[in-house]
Amino acid sequence: MDRFLFLTFDGLSRGAVYAAFALALVLIWRATRIVNFAQGAMAVATAYVGYSVADATGSYWLGFAVAVLAGLLLGAGVERVVMRFVDHSSPLNGVVVALGLVLIIQGVLGMIYGNEFRPAEAPFSRDAFNIGGVALLSRYDVFVFAAVGAVVVLLTLLFTRTPTGLRMRAAAFAPDVSRLLGVPVGGMLTLGWALAAAVGSLAGMLVIPTELGLHPTAMDVLFISAFTAAVLGGLDSPIGAVIGGLIVGLVLSYISGYLGATVAPMAVLALLVVVLLGRPDGLFARSKARTA
Amino acid sequence: MSALLEVDGLTVGYGAAPVLHDVSLTVEPGQIVAVLGANGAGKTTLLRALSGLLPPTRGRVVFDGADLRGIRVERMVRHGIAHVPEGRGVVTELTVDENLRLGGLWRKPQPSLAPIYELFPRLAERRGHLGHQLSGGERQMLALGRALAAQPRLLLLDEPSLGLAPRVTAQIMALLRDLRDRTGLAVLLVEQNVRSALSIADQGIVLSLGRIAARDDAAALADDADLRHAYLGF
Repeated sequence: MDRFLFLTFDGLSRGAVYAAFALALVLIWRATRIVNFAQGAMAVATAYVGYSVADATGSYWLGFAVAVLAGLLLGAGVERVVMRFVDHSSPLNGVVVALGLVLIIQGVLGMIYGNEFRPAEAPFSRDAFNIGGVALLSRYDVFVFAAVGAVVVLLTLLFTRTPTGLRMRAAAFAPDVSRLLGVPVGGMLTLGWALAAAVGSLAGMLVIPTELGLHPTAMDVLFISAFTAAVLGGLDSPIGAVIGGLIVGLVLSYISGYLGATVAPMAVLALLVVVLLGRPDGLFARSKARTA
Repeated sequence: MSALLEVDGLTVGYGAAPVLHDVSLTVEPGQIVAVLGANGAGKTTLLRALSGLLPPTRGRVVFDGADLRGIRVERMVRHGIAHVPEGRGVVTELTVDENLRLGGLWRKPQPSLAPIYELFPRLAERRGHLGHQLSGGERQMLALGRALAAQPRLLLLDEPSLGLAPRVTAQIMALLRDLRDRTGLAVLLVEQNVRSALSIADQGIVLSLGRIAARDDAAALADDADLRHAYLGF
């Protein structure tokens, strides 16, 4: 029972990071119908920047802030310089360009920082403290929950309570109509990419200290888990992405806890296949009206 | 009084083949001008060119003294032009209230929606419903209300009667006439429903194969049997 509880909390903590990363994928998918396969590489790039600043200044928090800020800028840059010029007549074009970005970013990171793992320290202890004799949560887990929770709340407020959020949603759902109503659709796209990349960077900063450390490919496995989470949630639904992230986190935690960590990556793929076969529109899709 | 909208020699095409040839027209403040003609005559293209969705290849569009050439679509609403596209363009994923707010969003401070809800009590009842939950008539009212929330001086209205019951069409036409009389709103009204359109219009323009085939007072057009047979099919 203790073990089950431990695995549950561990899974929720990992799931929170998947949720944040899946949220970033959903933001871009909703606005542009592109699955941003470069999200992981972009997040690693900004994590390198963040940790460089942290090393140079001795302040983890300054590095953390710089990483998220770098995410904003990188996201805006990728949209302005690259994605805006991708021909959207075929969905494959955006995917291929994103995969090309992965190669470029990982190549450049390897040239600058080298292709070995660099240690990345966590700002809080990762040792779980005891609650009623059971070790469940570390200070770092609490930090992860708080950070992801804050992101979810802030994004929800932005999208539902502010004029900019309304503009962003309208631009994503109906770009031509939005233009006629005076919404600067291009600007909203840039903002969407910037926010998504910043959320991705935050997820990267949260997960890298819990893995082997900084490496140009450090987010590749996480990307697959988060992508599965996003598909599980229906790709279109921010709430779905968050719930999907938590589910994937729990499933992975139980499987690596009871069956061994080596099975976990395969389990993610199996889950992805099962979802695509059984509920390709995600767990929360409204049943479509029958058309025939 | 100088014209609100002045179109001179407008030629527009998708690709190489022009859809509109050398179209000139004027709309005065507080005037409803009906644009009539068969399918494919270029009516929708005319509206799309005026709101900037489709840049003209030749010709001039002057609105309230300002040349609109090269002005981006998202700036048009600031000049006072609101375009309600065919098929209504309600954002179906947003609620009625959000759609309406979107219309007035560019204004600072943002206008109250109370007058719009007063105009369309049905929308007030369905304030929290999503666009895709509305009936066709409600969507048309929403699209119209949203355009009015931008407080335009010229309304470009594409086929407002499309798919609506005659009673609802009549309501919308009466509303347009009322708005013109009360607020001096000018309307360029594209319609298949010729009788309805001419019943409220001041002027009528008949497009045929992308050219202006006839223009006259609305009443005169409605009475011209030869013209009706030739271009309007009744």
